[in-house]
Amino acid sequence: MDMQHDYLCFRCNNLSEIILIVILAIFSVAPVHAEYGDVIINNKAEKSGMRPVIFSHWFHRIRFKCKVCHTEIGFEMRAGANDIRMADIIDGKYCGKCHNNKIAWGPQNCHLCHSGLPGLETGVRGGDSTGGPGKW
Amino acid sequence: MERPFTKQAMILLAGICIAWSALAVETDLASSNWLPLTRDDIHDPNGPGVQLLQNPSEALRDMPSDVVGNKVNWMRALDRGHINPRENLYSNKKNNVLDMDVLRQNTGEMNAVLFPHRQHTEWLDCTNCHEWLFKSKARATKFSMFDILKGEFCGRCHGAVAFPLTQCNRCHSVPHSTISSSATAD
Repeated sequence: MDMQHDYLCFRCNNLSEIILIVILAIFSVAPVHAEYGDVIINNKAEKSGMRPVIFSHWFHRIRFKCKVCHTEIGFEMRAGANDIRMADIIDGKYCGKCHNNKIAWGPQNCHLCHSGLPGLETGVRGGDSTGGPGKW
Repeated sequence: MERPFTKQAMILLAGICIAWSALAVETDLASSNWLPLTRDDIHDPNGPGVQLLQNPSEALRDMPSDVVGNKVNWMRALDRGHINPRENLYSNKKNNVLDMDVLRQNTGEMNAVLFPHRQHTEWLDCTNCHEWLFKSKARATKFSMFDILKGEFCGRCHGAVAFPLTQCNRCHSVPHSTISSSATAD
């Protein structure tokens, strides 16, 4: 009888511990960070002494349809696949098709685009629950 | 059975939980669905440019809402005129919206996939998908859900910028039982 009582108490204790741990685990999940579709562009930036570039899809898609950048400008639909050089942007290619002081801010505003934390790797970021292509 | 240590640990855990949830609620109320750029873990909060950039909450809070991605139903935002994005920069290429649905029935136990050209061509040009990624000819492009999960085919956009792959039923939307035998597509 005593043994059974002890056994039950042990069960109760364990159960409440488990519940607490589960609750803790739920609340410990890190909150969503980068916006869905944010792209880090850092193939060249940091090697050249600049912060990585953060391209926000949400900001751009309010103002332009996908085809503007992915057809007219010619950006590949794969993060890291575009060989974007600052000299080309200043010459009016890639980002420079818009970032030319006419459609959007010009390339002299370095820090508006080169605004990322040092050490970030090129790729798509975002708080989606799938993690993005290639993350499974 | 006396287990004072466990009891203390449980009280401590409960305290942490309450403190954390209070913090989380406060954070959520303050920024709603969107974190400010200075706290998104990718922008450098000490960088000279970050204070000048638009924060997502300012741009997105009045848009039709969604439960995933940017918490914005972008298609609805476009259809209802919440946004009016430019079609082109320098060319005069006309809008090429195509109102044609494609039904893919080779989906195993999942519902068949209804692909609506209309919604896709509102955003994209034909050449964004054809012919390099998807052939125009029905049934000519072979791909599986694994390819999509790896970021190919539909996964080029869905899972990266378009609604994520956890939204199974948005694509797998047509029960096989409702498809008549005279349906022609894939």
